[in-house]
Amino acid sequence: MNQELKRQLILENYQHPFHRGLKKEAGYVVKNTNNESCIDNLDISLKVEDGIIKDATFDGEACAISTSATSILLRKLVGLKVEEAEKLLQNYESMIHEGPYDEALLEELLAYQDIYLQPNRKTCALLPAKAVHEILEGR
Amino acid sequence: MHREDFPFLKTGAIYLDNGATSLKPNAVLKSMMDYYEKYCANIHRGDYQASYQASDMYEKAREVVQNFIGAEKKEEIIFTKGATQSLNQIIFGFFKNHLQEGDEVLLTKAEHASLLLPFLMLEKEIGIHLVYIPLSKEHTLTLEAFQNAVTEKTKVVAIAGVSNVVGDHRPLHEIGTFCKEHNIFFLVDGAQSVAHVTTDVVKDSIDFLAFSGHKMLGPTGVGVFYGKEKWLEEMEPLEYGGDMNQSFSSLGEVSLKSIPARFEAGTPPIAEVIGLKNAIEYLEKIGMDVIQSHEENLKQYFLEQVKSLPQIEVYNASVSGGTVIFNIKDVFSQDAAIYLDRFGICVRAGNHCAKALKEELPVQNTVRVSFYLYNTKEEVDKLIEALSKSDTLYDVIL
Repeated sequence: MNQELKRQLILENYQHPFHRGLKKEAGYVVKNTNNESCIDNLDISLKVEDGIIKDATFDGEACAISTSATSILLRKLVGLKVEEAEKLLQNYESMIHEGPYDEALLEELLAYQDIYLQPNRKTCALLPAKAVHEILEGR
Repeated sequence: MHREDFPFLKTGAIYLDNGATSLKPNAVLKSMMDYYEKYCANIHRGDYQASYQASDMYEKAREVVQNFIGAEKKEEIIFTKGATQSLNQIIFGFFKNHLQEGDEVLLTKAEHASLLLPFLMLEKEIGIHLVYIPLSKEHTLTLEAFQNAVTEKTKVVAIAGVSNVVGDHRPLHEIGTFCKEHNIFFLVDGAQSVAHVTTDVVKDSIDFLAFSGHKMLGPTGVGVFYGKEKWLEEMEPLEYGGDMNQSFSSLGEVSLKSIPARFEAGTPPIAEVIGLKNAIEYLEKIGMDVIQSHEENLKQYFLEQVKSLPQIEVYNASVSGGTVIFNIKDVFSQDAAIYLDRFGICVRAGNHCAKALKEELPVQNTVRVSFYLYNTKEEVDKLIEALSKSDTLYDVIL
């Protein structure tokens, strides 16, 4: 993915994020996620039924990287089985930490491929993953 | 002014985060190196020249602080590791034993975590009641709002001399006088004020004052608290150890040293105290009035220049002092700070440790520019130039 496309994806998802506006009704599990070292602070809610993520929403205040990563991740999560979601997260986290990952699986999340070049932004890109893990694992 | 005295400025950085910490002049750095190189010894306990000299410098520093804040006695000056430790010692060492259930402590939602959190803990522990003085439309503290908030149960007023977010200079003299007349304790968090304006604890009837060395050209790791002698005599130390006890036995018979030693357990930050002494002498040479008006001029200059940039929303334009909080329209403050960093401009983004203030401000997070004596109009010009190109912000940071 070229730099311009990455930038476009991040910006598009920051300025017009997927499912911004937190749903808290029955069936949704809400978790807060924040970075201790900065001011990013988001709530994420997932609706999981029969082992499948049926819906995903979020809200809060965070930087362009955190917000866009949350938007892209949540859009990809909807419709996935819990095991598939965990696999996606695992690959995503591995990419951020410069480990091996499946490009085909990550698709738009490849926008954060080079984030390791700015080590202090890794936590921004990983912000949504923490809350999604907690919800899927029932913590 | 005096930019040549600050080695960090040679990096070319435009340092506008003085609310977080200040730069250090050569005089301060050299005084600390001198200690380590020429008379590196512990204080109050060595029978040799280096230790005498170290003890002497350490106690001289106490006198320099005393004169700088207008205290009556040097024994009223206690060295700590910073304003946070100072405030914790005052609140848990004094107010915990002098307040009871139902007593009211007046403060504002703009106070720093270091002041607000210890009192919040005390509220849970002993049932005191924290009362927040409503802030004005400009988020400042007015004398009128203060007076309206006082009740018969008010026992303490605990506020910053200068707010670290909005930057307003609180009417300390008027509040202090009122407190004195009504037998209310007056505690001032001086972290943002002592470095920037003249402090006079006697004239302003301040019972307790806390501040940090690193925000006033001194090193990190040293701070001060001032307490009126009679209150210090009634205060409990929170730390026990060497150099604060007179004698003790295994039977539990303990006798403590007199003030100030009682509150300085263990080896203190000697080099840092000496650095702080030199920082204060440096500030005195320039003059606090000169520093204050320099900062205010820079703020006014920034406000004048920023008028041409409609995308910049300033939240504290009417407030005097050297702090500006603003946002670039529709840009998260941290993204704005990262953008400015690409121009070598250091600013702070966030809620500035006054997390309760978000309940009053129209926005949760802002960019904060805080000026000090070495900042210049040319630096403001560069900031304005970077802000004027903010339509390219995401091209720059992504």
